[in-house]
Amino acid sequence: MADKSQVCSVWVGSETGILKGVSLSKKQAFNFCEMSCLSRDQEVCVLGWGDEHETEVLVGSVNGTVKTFSTEKGIFTETRQCGESTQGRFTGIAVTDSALITCVETGLLRVWKEGSTDTVEINAGTNVCRMRQNPSQRNQVATGGKENGLKVWDLERPETPIFTSKNVRNDWLDMRVPEWVRDMSFIPDSDKIVTCTGHHQVRVYDPASPQRRPVLEAHFGEYPLTALSLPANQDSVVVGNTHGELAILDLRKGLVRGCLKGLAGGVRGLQCHPSLPLVATCGLDRFLRVHSLEDRSLQHKVHTNTLSFSYTLSTPEAITGDVEEVKEEGGEVDEVWDTMEMINDQAKKRATDEEEAIVTGVEKTMKKRKVVK
Amino acid sequence: KQGGKPEHVDAPAEFSFPPTFSVSEIKNKQRRHLMFMKLKQEKRKQKVAIKKKKKKERDALGDKAPPKEVPKTIENQRVYDETTVNPEDEEVAFDEGTDEFSAYFNRLTNPKVLITTSDRPRGRTVRFCNQLATVIPDAHVYYRRGLALKKVIPQCIARGFTYLMVINEDRKVPNGMVLCHLPDGPTAHFKVSSVRLRKEMKRRGKDPTEHSPEVILNNFTTRLGHSMGRLFAALFPHDPQFVGRQVATFHNQRDFIFFRFHRYIFKNEKRVGIQELGPRFTLKLRSLQKGTFDSKFGEYEWVLKRHENDVCRRRFNL
Repeated sequence: MADKSQVCSVWVGSETGILKGVSLSKKQAFNFCEMSCLSRDQEVCVLGWGDEHETEVLVGSVNGTVKTFSTEKGIFTETRQCGESTQGRFTGIAVTDSALITCVETGLLRVWKEGSTDTVEINAGTNVCRMRQNPSQRNQVATGGKENGLKVWDLERPETPIFTSKNVRNDWLDMRVPEWVRDMSFIPDSDKIVTCTGHHQVRVYDPASPQRRPVLEAHFGEYPLTALSLPANQDSVVVGNTHGELAILDLRKGLVRGCLKGLAGGVRGLQCHPSLPLVATCGLDRFLRVHSLEDRSLQHKVHTNTLSFSYTLSTPEAITGDVEEVKEEGGEVDEVWDTMEMINDQAKKRATDEEEAIVTGVEKTMKKRKVVK
Repeated sequence: KQGGKPEHVDAPAEFSFPPTFSVSEIKNKQRRHLMFMKLKQEKRKQKVAIKKKKKKERDALGDKAPPKEVPKTIENQRVYDETTVNPEDEEVAFDEGTDEFSAYFNRLTNPKVLITTSDRPRGRTVRFCNQLATVIPDAHVYYRRGLALKKVIPQCIARGFTYLMVINEDRKVPNGMVLCHLPDGPTAHFKVSSVRLRKEMKRRGKDPTEHSPEVILNNFTTRLGHSMGRLFAALFPHDPQFVGRQVATFHNQRDFIFFRFHRYIFKNEKRVGIQELGPRFTLKLRSLQKGTFDSKFGEYEWVLKRHENDVCRRRFNL
């Protein structure tokens, strides 16, 4: 189990509660599941890194549990109960200085401190769709949702948000424009936040400027945008919508730079690699795809058996053999890989795991021969 | 005939000079036609000669002849789809054991179908809906009256319907179907073509009876195909009444699903007679959406993107 988990470069959570690690070099998805507790209420809602070195994955499920998975050991090390399923699904998870931040759909944002049971609670409004943490200032989080505009909170001052966005002006019919923030991201090296909405808009907010309205607004497609990610170096953003259309938008003028093809189902998770021009997407069509951002071509495609309902996270280690490794011990990793044997399965899918078989009879008959005249 | 014969210079195989003369360069239409006919006849003769030779060789070899080659068809050459479901796959089995259709497959609910059309349907569509209602047990046809589907769906759920089928009509002919599994199930949007009503069927039997038909689902191999198969299977009651000897077939070939409805009779152990009753139509899946009908804000599990399917002729999705 441990060697399997160390090879995986992308982590995907699924609808049945299985955490899948995908190794792009072997083009396989490995299942990491706790014994035989597959069930729909273990459905993974959020994934997050547990620590700076990306050795722990936090898995948040529908029933309110947050499990910690260690990538080195390959097993789930800890489970915490952070709320009940009646409070809604997790919409965001983050870690600061040994405290765990979780946010649920009903707007309850909680900071769970290690060791003590009391929590700092913030009410972020109703219908929160996403909560994200500022990677440079780790005590700032942003939340947004349906008819719930973007709010940036400082965890040290939980009473009021440090920035509340204002809705855009009424449209040309003098009607209020509905707002629905689906995903947001903090732009590094600046204060700005970019959000994507369910009304196919991409907006950039700047808390440093005096205006609370968006600084930039761009449109893409006709379907709700579900996921957003910022690539490493450019001032652009990658968005995905419910139809499987992925686009790279330029944030200087708000124009579409290009579309990434191949996805057939709604995009659920989108993550750009921190330094390489690669983006990984997972969605409802049960595939994990890695596209290159420079030439917009598909680099890898791996079949994950169940609907991927949450984020993919990639490690900064080698994504492929041909891509340069970012880690310092590049040479050593190569050697380790050479010594590891190639797993040659008949099926190209994930290796079978040790959990007991849960076979519910599939009653429909397949390939029944047709009655001959 | 003064038409110029194509000159074949005795040149080595690697390069040919001067370039060979082709029939299409003759400007006179009559002469060109004659030359082309001659060319075709020659080719045909050569082909027949090759075939005869092969047959002779085969007869000469007798028993030792190599087996006849299977001709390549697009179905034979189908590219291996990595989403093809392995029957022993536990993950898929678990997924199917707990998905939206599990209530039906665990025999907790019975199907009840509401058939309706787009607004103001013409005669052909109305007749098609009525015939569908005879084919699917426990199906009710309702007139659309311009109602919004999003408002119809909660009412259907309240009255215990498990399926909503909307036949869309364009230019007096049914051309689309939205099949929505009701409590919270997936919505499939199909393109309907080649609809043949009962009157237009040749050598058809008498009208279908009230017995529940058997269901045959052919060739739904991929994961998406599995979902489709379950969608169709859940339209019909669990236990077919074999007394009625009726069978509904959904046959998938090259991503087109052919629906046929037959009555069969076993003449003896090995021979069966069938007569086709009921309407026949062809479906092609255009999109599968999670949740009930919500085309604007719903999330799509699969969308047909035509130009991406044009890349390889031998790759199919269902």
